[in-house]
Amino acid sequence: MASALINVPAKAKRGEIIEIKTLMSHIMESGYRHKASGEAVPRDIITSFTCRFNGAEIFRADLFPAIAANPFFSFFTTVTESGNFEFEWIGDKGFSETASASISVE
Amino acid sequence: MRFLGAIATALLVVGAVGAAEIPQADRRSGYSFMKPDTKTMQDDDTANPGMLWVLNGETLWNRKTGTADKACTDCHGNARASMKGVAARYPAFDKATGRPIDLEQRINSCRTNHQQATPLPFENRELLALTAFVARQSQGAPIETGADPQLAPFVAKGRELYMQRQGQLNLGCTNCHDDNWDKRLAGAAITQGHPTGYPLYRLEWQSLGSLQRRLRACITGIRAQAYDYGALELVELELYLMSRARGMQMEAPAVRP
Amino acid sequence: MHPPPNSTRRQFLGLAGAAAVLGTAPVVTLRPAEATPEMLASAIRNVTGGAAVKTGKVKLDVPPLVENGNTVPLTVSVAHPMAPEDHVSSVHVFNEKNPQPNVANFHLGPHAGRAQVSTRIRLTDSQKVVAIAKLSDGSFWSASVDVVVTLAACTEEVI
Repeated sequence: MASALINVPAKAKRGEIIEIKTLMSHIMESGYRHKASGEAVPRDIITSFTCRFNGAEIFRADLFPAIAANPFFSFFTTVTESGNFEFEWIGDKGFSETASASISVE
Repeated sequence: MRFLGAIATALLVVGAVGAAEIPQADRRSGYSFMKPDTKTMQDDDTANPGMLWVLNGETLWNRKTGTADKACTDCHGNARASMKGVAARYPAFDKATGRPIDLEQRINSCRTNHQQATPLPFENRELLALTAFVARQSQGAPIETGADPQLAPFVAKGRELYMQRQGQLNLGCTNCHDDNWDKRLAGAAITQGHPTGYPLYRLEWQSLGSLQRRLRACITGIRAQAYDYGALELVELELYLMSRARGMQMEAPAVRP
Repeated sequence: MHPPPNSTRRQFLGLAGAAAVLGTAPVVTLRPAEATPEMLASAIRNVTGGAAVKTGKVKLDVPPLVENGNTVPLTVSVAHPMAPEDHVSSVHVFNEKNPQPNVANFHLGPHAGRAQVSTRIRLTDSQKVVAIAKLSDGSFWSASVDVVVTLAACTEEVI
């Protein structure tokens, strides 16, 4: 049961710099832990996060095992038109999640 | 092993003073012991990872389940109204079993009796999510647990467990959380042990967790045998701790180191 | 769901079928092999291609005393314009002692408006954290912070 928490302003002025915050539920198993039996716990992390606005990439992150569980990102973008933000998280074991949010620019 | 050394040092300090309850005016939430960054993480709903569970919980609240094919909302309606202040009264007395039950057990009792669904194990993501969603509706409400007179003997038993020295380190909860809450254990602040924010997101766990999980960790920390999840003793401890925190504000889902 | 702190902001929920099941297996943390300063230098070389890295422009905000190494808030900001002809194109975070020296790469563009990113990282021990920014002119700038990770008093050995 994955869930994403996306924070984008509903409205902004043309040319305004806005902050976007995202949280995605994920264990981010580092691959460096062992079970009590000594068996290694295989790596299971999100490896890539991308934010696109109206189809064009505006922010991308490569994630490594040192990113904490339930990855959080905050970043900025200049908005010039109304449209749709699309968020995509891709990871190990076929992990793939998307979310979207719209903004109205005056 | 540095941890054991630190706790042994604390034990020596403790030996000299007797257990004394914290005056009402001096009670402090674990929140007030945290560094600014951790406080910010809790305060901002859009940065608080505990909110991921709350969001899951809202979905589950509205999802039909069990043989009865009923959702929580089919009986309780809008949780924002019906669940407001409810978590601030748990653990509560359960007439059917004649004992106190905590919020997780109440949710499971609803699943069993009304939804005819299987109960969820403690720390199961869905159970944590539902508990977090219900508890979130009490954010800011004063804790009222323990007002029911039927609970009195269980509160007393919980207090007894809280005071009792146990484990290889021969410590009671009170030796740290009443007598030494203004000190530190290794790098961590010793708090007063008020469970104002459960279920909460512990940075150590990198997950949301229940008060029972926290109590079991504490008991393991003093090198005693932890009670099983759902054991009456754990519920009695939860009950005493919540009644000891009466009047303090609910913070769920809180963030703690 | 709940009234957000700022009424112009909204929250969205995305749901998915696959569940990340937590705590199903008893897990203990063993001390992993540490990265070495050489590995850190090599990871940085992979990004810079051996170009000189100047100190400055980059600000790395990490609490100097970390409450729990499992979740350490971190913000990197670069004092530089974000114009199409002259901007910050990427930000890279490294550490000295985790098993892997790479922490994250962030790819930005002039439309970002402000070269600032925040995330939460893991630090196994007290160590140096390094942030490097690549500018559109191909130059590299960096900042580093020594972080003290305090020992958590009550860790769970077995879930």
